[in-house]
Amino acid sequence: MITRGRIIFKGNVKGEALVSEEEISFYGGIDAETGIITEKGHPLEGKSVKGKILVFPKGKGSTVGSYTMYRLKKNGVAPLGIINRECETVVAVGAIISEIPMVDKLDKDPIKNIKNGQIVEIKGNEVIF
Amino acid sequence: MFLTKEEKRMLEGKYGNAVKKSMEILVALGNIFGAKRLIPVKSVQISGVSYDNLGDAGIEFLSEMAKDGKVVVPTTLNPAGMDLENWKKLGISKEFAKKQKIILDIFAKMGVNITCTCTPYLVGNKPGVGDHIAWGESSAVTYSNSVLGARTNKEGGPSSLASALTGRTPEYGYHLDKNRKPVVLVKIEADLKNEIDFGALGKVLGEKLKGKVPLIKGIKKASTEELKSLSASIVTYGGAPLFHIKGITPEKFRDPKKEIIIKRKDIDEAIKDMNDKIEEVDLVFVGCPHCTLNEIKKISELLKDKKVNKELWICVSRKIKKISDKKGYSKTIESAGAKFACDTCPIVAPLKGRFKAIATNSAKGVFYNRNKNNFKTFFATLEDCIELAVRK
Repeated sequence: MITRGRIIFKGNVKGEALVSEEEISFYGGIDAETGIITEKGHPLEGKSVKGKILVFPKGKGSTVGSYTMYRLKKNGVAPLGIINRECETVVAVGAIISEIPMVDKLDKDPIKNIKNGQIVEIKGNEVIF
Repeated sequence: MFLTKEEKRMLEGKYGNAVKKSMEILVALGNIFGAKRLIPVKSVQISGVSYDNLGDAGIEFLSEMAKDGKVVVPTTLNPAGMDLENWKKLGISKEFAKKQKIILDIFAKMGVNITCTCTPYLVGNKPGVGDHIAWGESSAVTYSNSVLGARTNKEGGPSSLASALTGRTPEYGYHLDKNRKPVVLVKIEADLKNEIDFGALGKVLGEKLKGKVPLIKGIKKASTEELKSLSASIVTYGGAPLFHIKGITPEKFRDPKKEIIIKRKDIDEAIKDMNDKIEEVDLVFVGCPHCTLNEIKKISELLKDKKVNKELWICVSRKIKKISDKKGYSKTIESAGAKFACDTCPIVAPLKGRFKAIATNSAKGVFYNRNKNNFKTFFATLEDCIELAVRK
């Protein structure tokens, strides 16, 4: 399937999807050293975002989250790409400064249509899976 | 979003990498929030300064920007994770101090004014009615929007820096007339007496209204300190970074149709809610947001010929502290055994695990010391906090 959306940070990447129905807080919610989701009770608690196409509705929490994404990237444990239903400032700015390809507002709801573990490609404004 | 020829060149990298990166951030934000264009800003307040929040990656990001980035508008800085001169006395480790100094050197290299305060409006960065600015630090954002009538969204660290390096911000949110209009009328049926009443009002309104802008009626007068307290509190507890008070704040509006009433009982409940059951307080701190000169004067009067029996920290900007030195207030305060914590505050300093219970007159301080530092809290007026510090 090919679906189109809005580019937040432009790039081409292909990898395995990690899908969360819940919002994600990068500051305090993901360990910047390991890329493991640490938020208590989060559906993806204990999973690593490293090298994944991370699919989630939108970010939440402190504005420091943008810097946490940058830390993940520098530590080599950042997600390969990000797909949001509709993004907010923290994750958008985080993707831009960390140069992580990111799209949102797809024609088809990414949370419902992309399965965990499925191979997904982000190609500019296109998402192919 | 429309970009001028020059802005396009900035985005293409003709003015260097820091400007390019900054424009990418601002254009992306503008597109996300439906801005039609970028507008010039008169000043910037940068948040994201403490090493406790930035980490080594934050340092890397800032160093990258500082390679060819220079601020093009007057830019002030949020509190750091420590007192820049007195950090040893306040128990900050050498390692932390080293990293914190690196961060401040980077900001200085970019031309940022190393003010390290959450009250830039008390130290010379004071915008006027209708001025467009790009500020981080939620309490300062709310104060400048509401009390000064300036216009800013609540910027994060990277976006405030991007505005400083380009002199621009995307025109959306609180920059536009339509979003500044109050949508709820708040009738105050209580006599608000001091800064903790105003702090408690902020908590009540933040929690009740979420992001809705209020027009508050029924407050006859409010001091700078009380408005500072309300500004910090309302946004901390989930409110919009903008409120209007009839007869006090500069923008005039008609009464919105929807209304709510706040009674003494609501204020008292909020105050009660911010007080934990505690036997012993091990840190008393005032100055969240940083103290005004008036507050420092009052503290010196309260501490005259007294000795403190607990850690008492007074958080203040370096500039106000220097004036206090000249006036002789600092000597009285320090002779009593109280400590100044300039350039910093307990929210951004690495204090977790060092104290168990704190007393403060700040509703914002209560929130972050509970959630970030895991401390229990005692919430009382400046007078009561000082009284508690000297009590045997």
